[in-house]
Amino acid sequence: MASGNSAIRDGRLSVRIAYRRSNSFTLEAEFEASAGFTMILGPSGGGKTTILNCIAGLARPDAGRIALGTRVLFDSDERIDMPVAERRLGYVFQNLALFPHLTVEQNVQYGIARVQADERRARTMTMLESFRIAHLIARKPSEISGGERQRVALGRSLVTNPAVILLDEPLVALDNATRSKILDDLRAWNAAHEIPILYVTHSPEEAFALGERVLVLEGGRILAQGMPQDVLATPRHETIAQVVGFENVFDATVRSIAETQGTMLCQLDGSATRIEVPLGHVGTGARVRIAIRAGDIIVAGERPHGLSARNAFPGRVLSMRREGVRVVVMIDAGGAMFEVHLTPGAIDALRIEDGKEVWLVIKTYSCNLVEPSVR
Amino acid sequence: MDWSAIFLTIRLALVVCAILLVVGTPIAWWLSFTRWRWKFFVESIVALPLVLPPTVLGFYVLVAMGSNSPIGRWYQSLTGHGLPFTFEGLAIASVIYSLPFAVQPMAAAFSQVDRNLINASSILGASRIRTFNRVVLPLSMGGVVTGFVLSFAHTLGEFGVVLMVGGNIPGVTRTVSIAIYDQAQALDYAGANRMAMLLMAFSFVTLSITYSLNRRIWAVWPMHR
Repeated sequence: MASGNSAIRDGRLSVRIAYRRSNSFTLEAEFEASAGFTMILGPSGGGKTTILNCIAGLARPDAGRIALGTRVLFDSDERIDMPVAERRLGYVFQNLALFPHLTVEQNVQYGIARVQADERRARTMTMLESFRIAHLIARKPSEISGGERQRVALGRSLVTNPAVILLDEPLVALDNATRSKILDDLRAWNAAHEIPILYVTHSPEEAFALGERVLVLEGGRILAQGMPQDVLATPRHETIAQVVGFENVFDATVRSIAETQGTMLCQLDGSATRIEVPLGHVGTGARVRIAIRAGDIIVAGERPHGLSARNAFPGRVLSMRREGVRVVVMIDAGGAMFEVHLTPGAIDALRIEDGKEVWLVIKTYSCNLVEPSVR
Repeated sequence: MDWSAIFLTIRLALVVCAILLVVGTPIAWWLSFTRWRWKFFVESIVALPLVLPPTVLGFYVLVAMGSNSPIGRWYQSLTGHGLPFTFEGLAIASVIYSLPFAVQPMAAAFSQVDRNLINASSILGASRIRTFNRVVLPLSMGGVVTGFVLSFAHTLGEFGVVLMVGGNIPGVTRTVSIAIYDQAQALDYAGANRMAMLLMAFSFVTLSITYSLNRRIWAVWPMHR
């Protein structure tokens, strides 16, 4: 992609903004994004889209500074507020906002109207080909599929050689296969261009799969940021736990502490079940909250022996429902309700059915201590 | 048949519509996107001709154009003759009188354009004017056509303003509706009927065509639905 390499790279995106929409919602965020995917993860209403809008210039922060390398897009102290049209960024909205009266080709060319005709045509074709939509060139957005529209929207943004790309849940309406193909194409494109991509999602799977960096946003504040495995694998905050897919969150009381073992024993509320969890900075009798991924719980048909896992206790299957390629099983363990995800093969092998008595096995380090949500 | 009145009326309506497209489009664009708190003020002024008796409007336009007003004197110094009782004066008065008929359908159509498309256009580097020409206007064609046709039909049939500002000068300001009035006054009912039927048939046909072409922008006052 020779023409693509002519992109001027501005480098890092640095953002420090305070944005007050009303007395009840204030967004305060500070972060940097270098080339590659930075995932913005969090519940809806947390301010994810507002961050993108502030960077694009569609929303005006009350205070702060937004810069791309040395190029200042917004600075409240220096009264800089660069017009949207001059910011040179790509933004794919959740609803895509393809121009309905223009063809696929005209949509993709929209942002490079001032480029010389030959080069414009070449860049458009390169883009259409690399996103596999060259055959749709004469169609209108209403005449192509959702996945194809998605590719057109991405192509329309990328063909302008933007300095940063903002993606607002761009693949939310697509099936998994289509989504991962588009992501592969996007990743391939970015390998050649190396610009910051801010990607808003509520799907932790997407964040895991794509992100080089993750921001977790809730209630207008960044709760955590860093490498995905750091942020997502050891959530210290209840919201993060929910956001990243800890289906099981229990309130519990610390019953005993084994300092030398680095563990403590906690009794789940409303249940006789005690589980061993990693040591936290609390004393005996303290109230704690424990988060466990449904996929981290092992189910055994009979009492297990010779395991390293420290937690094994009986339960009874209450219900099962199939979700795509996995089965969500609800298990009552002495009054505590566990959600467990199993494969259909495991269900068949263990002959799991409603009412069946099973054993649950959980590693100590699969039990995450989380702080209660601030709210 | 008073053919001179008919041609004059059509010429007037075309001139007024052309001016309204030029003047009304930016007003409609501004009205549909401004967040100015006194916007309602402008809306009220634009809509005033809807509720005012044409004679009241005509009276003030006449006064404003007269040789005692600054506008009238300025125009006289520029062209050597006054505005009242001329075709130009009539056209200006008609523009004011038909303004809401052009602006409201256009503003309604503009404000129906998805804001995301306008934002997307800006993000892709397009200026406001390019965004308007390439995105807003093509997607609002129905409203623009409706505004054009409504103000055309409305100008064709106006009476009070014409009488106040233009008088009744054959070939200069004597429009179809004035001619009908004259013929009726002269008890020439057959002549009045011919002209009136023509006007009614024309208005009906234009409205039918417009409404059949765009069902989305439908009512005369879609903004207040």
